[in-house]
Amino acid sequence: MCGIVGLLMKDPGKHHLLGEYATKMLEGMATRGCDSAGLAAYTGEAEGDGARKISVFDPDGNLDWNELAEGMRKHIGRDVDVSAKGNHAVVVPRGAADEAFRWMVENRPEAHVLSVGRSIEVYKDAGHPFDIAERYGFAELSGSHVVAHTRMATESAVTWAHAHPFTVGEDFCLVHNGSLSNPHSLRRMLERHGMRFDTDNDTEAAARFLEWRLREGDTMEEAIRAGFRELDGFYTFLIGTGEQLALVRDPFACKPAVAAETDEYVAIASEFRSLAHLPGVSDADVFEPMPEEIYVWNKEPAVLAS
Amino acid sequence: MEQRAGGSRIVDFDLEKQTVRELNQYLHKELPKNGVEEVRIFNPDGAHHIAVGMDAPAKVDIMGNAGYFVAGMNKHAEVTVRGSVGWSVAENIMSGTVRVEGYASECAGASGRGGLLVIEKDASSRCGISMKGNDIVVGGSVGHFSAFMAQAGRLVVCGDAGDGLGDSLYEAVIYVRGEMKGLGADAREEPTTEEDHASLAGLLERAGFDHDTEEFKRVASARSLYHWNADRDQGY
Repeated sequence: MCGIVGLLMKDPGKHHLLGEYATKMLEGMATRGCDSAGLAAYTGEAEGDGARKISVFDPDGNLDWNELAEGMRKHIGRDVDVSAKGNHAVVVPRGAADEAFRWMVENRPEAHVLSVGRSIEVYKDAGHPFDIAERYGFAELSGSHVVAHTRMATESAVTWAHAHPFTVGEDFCLVHNGSLSNPHSLRRMLERHGMRFDTDNDTEAAARFLEWRLREGDTMEEAIRAGFRELDGFYTFLIGTGEQLALVRDPFACKPAVAAETDEYVAIASEFRSLAHLPGVSDADVFEPMPEEIYVWNKEPAVLAS
Repeated sequence: MEQRAGGSRIVDFDLEKQTVRELNQYLHKELPKNGVEEVRIFNPDGAHHIAVGMDAPAKVDIMGNAGYFVAGMNKHAEVTVRGSVGWSVAENIMSGTVRVEGYASECAGASGRGGLLVIEKDASSRCGISMKGNDIVVGGSVGHFSAFMAQAGRLVVCGDAGDGLGDSLYEAVIYVRGEMKGLGADAREEPTTEEDHASLAGLLERAGFDHDTEEFKRVASARSLYHWNADRDQGY
């Protein structure tokens, strides 16, 4: 069974604990028979006007990341930072991001883009979550929120590309426990709107549908409500954007979820054992999210309009 | 680690140091013959399958939150969880008592044949699904599709009930003190009888809840799905 993990640090003074807490939670979800794992972390905005973080994966591990950054720098005429962890790297063009992105896709086709955004970083791979967390240093990540996943494949292949989170557009990601029964019709509908798919995975269809609704101007709640009408199947979804963490379960709530909230954090997982080792969880408000209820937590506390 | 407290023999397990398998093997193989009266389990931390398959009249105290299937198939034992539980607590309970001091996730007390399950706070959806003779008393509310296809036994809900309550009920009876969001197919509200009040009062007392039985509504099967009705032309 897939396991989902979401964590939002409510106290900005505790952002340095994000990776440590999220890794504990991910390890707690490693007993559901998983074959792959992944994590999206919102680690603070890239510095520079028009700067973007591009998370890149080279499955074969042959790319020279410094050479890639140097090539990109020459092409766009702006600084490019790169921080590599094995065959993953976060490449940060300090401006002209669209141009940088196009250059990389055309000139380094072996570099697969996992995410693009101002603050999102994504790591995902096939293998045991313990090894993946260790390989990419999840425990050291610092930031506001995390969306992570341990996968037990039921409907499409076990590869790094089919691992969650799925990202679409900028700073948007989604993980899924469950299965959809109409991903192909969704896909045909979205393709008519000009969307291109990376995999045949059902979750990718949900991710692209919801991001499309957000891009069309829906709020998170409106997009998810449109999902209740259009997405057929079982799901607990965790959705991340640069500003929000959202959770929703299908009307039958066939897939598990449990949340714990303290003054310090909001933590969500498929099972309590994932939350059991979080500091302060014994005094947390622990609850099971209701079916078809939309839960949205903001990175910054909402300010009421006057 | 065995000790004597007030004349009773107590054994402690610590799931930070011992595995659930070691615990359950002790509960199945040694406890029935060694005369130990109480087993305390520390640091459960949401682990699954704790104290599944008990078959001895002992007390089992779980000192925290438990995961899936805790006290499943319980026979004779008196199990207390001093926290909340995951899916399917006391599934297929045969006899004895299982008490949860916190909340329960889905399918609490599913398909049990006897015994009593008490949940002091809320239970999630499908509570008492397919129960076959066990009793369940929930201090708070239950989620949707509770007592779905329940065949025998009693489900008492001191709070509210979610949608689709008692869908496709057989002969189990449901008592609800609060609001019911909606009844499932073939479930109907019925007037309570003297027998209902006596039965309810007994269950509430055993569960440790102090409510007036007059406040409860009775839900049972209308029995219209018991027989195939060709005139409905698939219109169920």
